[in-house]
Amino acid sequence: MRETDQIVLESKNIDKFFYNPTKTQVLKEVSFSINRGEFVSVIGKSGCGKSTLLYILSTMDTDYSGELFMDGEKISGKSSSFLSQLRNEKIGFVFQFHYLLNEFSVLENVMIPGLKLGKYSREELEHRALEKLRIFDMQDHAKKKANQLSGGQKQRVAIARALINDPLLIMGDEPTGNLDKKNSDIVFNKFKELAKEFGQTMLIVTHDPEFAAGTDRTIEMEDGRVIRF
Amino acid sequence: MKWSLIFEISKALMVARMKQTLIAATGVMFSITMFVALLGFMNGLNTMLDGLVLNRTPHIRFYNEIRPNPNQPIDQSSQFENSLNIIRSIKPSTSRLSIHNSEAIIKTLEEDSRVLGVSPKISAQVFFNVGTIDLTGIVSGIDVEKEAELFAFTDYVTTGNYADLNQTNTIILGKGAADRMLADIGDVVQVTTAQGNRVQLKVVGYYQSGLGDFDNVNSFASISTVQKMLGEPAAYITDIQVKLKDLNSAPSLAREFGQIFGIDADDIQTVNAQFETGTSIRSMISYAVGITLLVVSGFGIYNILNMMIFEKLDTIAILKAIGFSSQDVNRIFIAIALTIGLVGGALGLLFGFLAGLGIERIPFETAALPTIKTFPVDFNPKYYLIGGTFSLITTYLAGFFPARKASGIDPVEIIRGK
Repeated sequence: MRETDQIVLESKNIDKFFYNPTKTQVLKEVSFSINRGEFVSVIGKSGCGKSTLLYILSTMDTDYSGELFMDGEKISGKSSSFLSQLRNEKIGFVFQFHYLLNEFSVLENVMIPGLKLGKYSREELEHRALEKLRIFDMQDHAKKKANQLSGGQKQRVAIARALINDPLLIMGDEPTGNLDKKNSDIVFNKFKELAKEFGQTMLIVTHDPEFAAGTDRTIEMEDGRVIRF
Repeated sequence: MKWSLIFEISKALMVARMKQTLIAATGVMFSITMFVALLGFMNGLNTMLDGLVLNRTPHIRFYNEIRPNPNQPIDQSSQFENSLNIIRSIKPSTSRLSIHNSEAIIKTLEEDSRVLGVSPKISAQVFFNVGTIDLTGIVSGIDVEKEAELFAFTDYVTTGNYADLNQTNTIILGKGAADRMLADIGDVVQVTTAQGNRVQLKVVGYYQSGLGDFDNVNSFASISTVQKMLGEPAAYITDIQVKLKDLNSAPSLAREFGQIFGIDADDIQTVNAQFETGTSIRSMISYAVGITLLVVSGFGIYNILNMMIFEKLDTIAILKAIGFSSQDVNRIFIAIALTIGLVGGALGLLFGFLAGLGIERIPFETAALPTIKTFPVDFNPKYYLIGGTFSLITTYLAGFFPARKASGIDPVEIIRGK
């Protein structure tokens, strides 16, 4: 009983088709679950559907069949504004290409999801954002514009942003894929730190076996199927 | 909904594309400036041109028309009751030109709440005797103060003081008539009425309406002077001129009062229909030009927003990924469009006002319009209100489609597509 309480994300028989140029099934009956506090990686060859799966799990892609549960609540078939709210509150994202908003400073970038949620006042959020930046040694760059940072720095800010609303789950799409070895190691160590010290649940898609080896559990995919979990 | 956050993001996006934003706002500003200045100028001219005739024209004029009596004796005879009576060569009856019971009529009119003011008038056909030549003319006997108050009489007295007309045996000559008689201020002219009375009148001023034909024949004297000239008593009045509070009610009121008083009543719309048409067409054209300008600037905003969305696909995708709904994204771009409209519109109204002030200073002198020294401009707040509203409406519409496009962007496509 206690076990099921701990399930953060569960997928049941998820199928996904691409229709362009011809109908191809990219995901075949994908079912698995992630428990609270787990650091899970998804690996697989390029084109096996692991990113597609991530975007379905992230609620951004709603064009699939099957069922998706988050925190015990069924979220497939919900309205897009409900899903936006859910993403804002419960999911933190880290993408391969950093994706900070160049119009804003580092601090503002971290604060924006929090401002959107509106749970804390602006002053509190600023304080919280600085705290999150401190985890990644980025507090000194808080006032810089996002485009003044290096790739590794941007990625660390992106992770700090993902943490601002204390999300249920952090999702990453090859967060180290675009970084050199040194930065990649820094980012990886930060993920591990988050898992160990903060008990943060994380689901990271990667094609780097080294990265996968450092996680609690690895889900392996091949041709749209989960072959190991 | 947290509007402050939406405005913050809109602001950041605009600052990032400052130049384009400024160009879009300048477009709106320019069109609103032109809209306001054009309408103000056009309507200033309209008002002035219409005023040439309308200011002087009573909204309703009561008078007795000379015509054959419609009740001929034969019609009243019971013997010929059922026959078709044809009478040839009927002459107008000797009905009086003067309005019967004029004092009571004036009193009734003045007490009516729809009436702004009443001014009695006498029209007298005269000859001006200049040496051996007689010039025909019309002397209008007027209530000087009322005429000044209701029909802008003072505006047209170009030389001399209109108040001098209150003295007996004084006359203000039409400019054309005065020129032909070579009559200076202070000169005495001799006038013969149709009845043959001769009167000497002192010239105290010139009257110039801007309509040459009118100024050649029309001159003005006080009512009592004209009554004396004609040898008529103090109740003798041939016209009652009425100015209404609402010009548009003139036709119905003319009918109503005409029936009550049993006299002829003409309303301004019937007498001067062409002016109304000219005015409405002129303002229609200026509205059309103004709105065209606005629509063009709307397309500018549309273009710039579309470009901005194309450049900011990443930003939109990331906003959506971190929990901004389609509606939020839509609002961000609508906010950008409306900000451009608001800033451009406000500046446009300001510059339009300044342009109006500028136009108002340009000299515009013509002999036909003695009272006009510079171009007239109408600063009616109505045009500013319309201009401001339209700037917001067009920018909203210009922002509507780009914003919808932005809100429909699929973040997965952008994020994966890199």
